[in-house]
Amino acid sequence: MASQARSKAPVTVTGAQSLVLSLEAMDVDTVFGIPGGAILPAYDPLLDSVKVRHILVRHEQGAGHAAEGYAAATGKVGVCMATSGPGATNLVTPIADAHMDSVPIVAITGQVNSASIGSDAFQEADIRGITMPVTKHNYLVTNADDIPRVIAEAFHVASTGRPGPVLVDISKDALQAKTTFSWPPRVELPGYRPVTRPHSKQIREAARMIAAAERPVLYVGGGVIRARAAAELRRLVELTQIPVVTTLMARGALPDSHPLHLGMPGMHGTVSAVTALQKADLIIALGARFDDRVTGQLSTFAPEAKVIHADIDPAEIGKNRHADVPIVGDCKGVISDLFDAIDADMEAGHLGDYVEWRERVAGWKSMFPIGYSEPAEGATLAPQYVIERLGAIVGPDATYVAGVGQHQMWAAQFVQYERPNSWLNSGGLGTMGYAVPAAMGAKAAEPDRTVWAIDGDGCFQMTNQELATCVINNIPIKVAIINNSSLGMVRQWQTLFYNERYSNTDLHTSHAGERIPDFVKLADAYGCLGLRCERPEDVDATIKAAMDCNDRPVVIDFVVHRDAMVWPMVPAGVSNDLIQIAKDTAPQWDREESDAVEQDLDADHDGIPSGSHRTSDPAEGDQA
Amino acid sequence: MSKHTLSVLVENKPGVLARIASLFSRRGFNIDSLAVGETEYPEISRMTVVVDVEDLPLEQVTKQLNKLVEVLKVVELESASAVQRQVMLIKVRADAATRSQVLEMVQMFRAKVVDVATESLTIEATGTSDKLRALLDVLEPYGVKELVQSGLVAIGRGPRSITDRALRVG
Repeated sequence: MASQARSKAPVTVTGAQSLVLSLEAMDVDTVFGIPGGAILPAYDPLLDSVKVRHILVRHEQGAGHAAEGYAAATGKVGVCMATSGPGATNLVTPIADAHMDSVPIVAITGQVNSASIGSDAFQEADIRGITMPVTKHNYLVTNADDIPRVIAEAFHVASTGRPGPVLVDISKDALQAKTTFSWPPRVELPGYRPVTRPHSKQIREAARMIAAAERPVLYVGGGVIRARAAAELRRLVELTQIPVVTTLMARGALPDSHPLHLGMPGMHGTVSAVTALQKADLIIALGARFDDRVTGQLSTFAPEAKVIHADIDPAEIGKNRHADVPIVGDCKGVISDLFDAIDADMEAGHLGDYVEWRERVAGWKSMFPIGYSEPAEGATLAPQYVIERLGAIVGPDATYVAGVGQHQMWAAQFVQYERPNSWLNSGGLGTMGYAVPAAMGAKAAEPDRTVWAIDGDGCFQMTNQELATCVINNIPIKVAIINNSSLGMVRQWQTLFYNERYSNTDLHTSHAGERIPDFVKLADAYGCLGLRCERPEDVDATIKAAMDCNDRPVVIDFVVHRDAMVWPMVPAGVSNDLIQIAKDTAPQWDREESDAVEQDLDADHDGIPSGSHRTSDPAEGDQA
Repeated sequence: MSKHTLSVLVENKPGVLARIASLFSRRGFNIDSLAVGETEYPEISRMTVVVDVEDLPLEQVTKQLNKLVEVLKVVELESASAVQRQVMLIKVRADAATRSQVLEMVQMFRAKVVDVATESLTIEATGTSDKLRALLDVLEPYGVKELVQSGLVAIGRGPRSITDRALRVG
């Protein structure tokens, strides 16, 4: 830990001062939070800190997602703070979100006096117990002397190995007690030794397997982004000329403009990415975890492929899919070692021949590009068009932050990502309401970068209160609401699997003359610039108007037609071979490609034969 | 399913037991038996966990355990190369007519009588789960009034110590 090099001689302080001094010693520049009874002592010295900027949010969930956005945009540890009880429990969702997506954050919560713990005191919640399954590690501190050590450990655990959230719960009496602060503290983590350097024997075996393969695919996951290994990945791709897919968490790990980039795999992936994995004889998984949204029905996923699986977390290897060559290590080290090994093999004349495979894959890519159909009446706006234009006008230097649902999938599909950390979203947990506060965090971390939240009308209504935080703290994010007046993804599933019975998905935000609420007026009420766009011909001008406004946040209400669906789609629980490019439309393969694997007629194991129009297992349901 | 005995060395700190138990429940693994105690190093506790899982999920649970910051070491103890013991206290109905027969069973199993009353005997037995099950089977006809058993504890045979190795790595 470099920041621990600056040592500080012991001084007598309160526990609260010790906390703030520890955060300063860890180079924390921004904390998102809300004060309250138990954490109050910490807020007093925070007022005097010239190094730590505290941003007062409007809801603790906003603080947590802002810390995530800060961390995901920069790779630095994000910090959020809340009081005991409800303040702490409001952080649970972002903490769980950070756990699923391996985002390094430290959450600091106040706790009731240690003498009152267990007595059901006012605003008491066992936040350490509550967050045990959704944190990488957590602490309850009741002795002020432990504060510097615990803070140093928390940042170390959050940011090393597989990154993740760490919660530090500090009792009020520990914050008030007298203690001595000195830096660096003695870190005691005897059981924490993440393996980061890959084993050379495994690397050599992987290189040998790559040279022997005929149809290899690089399956790139979020681990490559977290490991800052995009440059290494690009070199590997250039060297080997192996086609690449980037998962939802890895968009931007390889530029979308790269000719070997096939796009995103999975439930809403491109035909070429999904099919390349299905037909591959070797999958090289880098920092990916064979998530169910990528594999579809696991037993029929990539049936002919051998697997090289590299991940920093040994528990991910072999969890869902057997790995023929397991490699435990940080993706940056794995990829550069792999590069060296393959390079040496090539020098020695052992190189793979994938020319035919590349041609096949390129054929799928050109035959089945991501596309969409215009709205039937031409009267309204296609959501995909809005997002496509947004990406084209705003460009690859901006950061794009999505909520969860249809707009998230379209944002993953129709924006061209050219750099890592330019795409932030809630992938694993699928947390609606992520976009606005995460965009705020990303913008606070990188004030000179344009940050766009691409949000849904449902998501936006979950966390838009943070626009107040953005206005007051001069964090001018831009929000594009893809307003289809519904919980769109849920509505899509109702269209496809519930006989178009639209139970509780109408949000009344734009259709049938209703605007509840009116997003332009809402933006105005917050002191943001509010714009509305309802016609295709106004899209470019509206986006440009938003780009011209840099002194306050901008909210655009893009009123889009509500029947647009996310395609391609592999229905939940079935084989990826059953990918559809539109409703009831499978890709028209050449004869040789049509050898799809025979389907289990009851893929969901619910006693009802699978088909494209049937009731789906509700447990597989998405949020909008 | 097959039973596996895991020795888990952990830092002796508050909340560690809850963390381990929560991990088993979250990942959907059932704990057959659990025993916890300090080791020869007061800062290290040893948990002996018996789980009923196939080999593949066992690998997953071991890896997940190893990820916990407070876990120092996880070792699977094979029954062939380890000594396994469990303690059982059994209060069995025994009056003047049956007492001598019950005492005979106690002797055969090398168990001990630790409390006597006019209508009952309390027996302490130590051994592997199989031996205790066998003892229980022969006592059941007399009437088992109350039964309590400890978690299984286990230690590898031979001179090597897993705590030594855990400390060295740390």
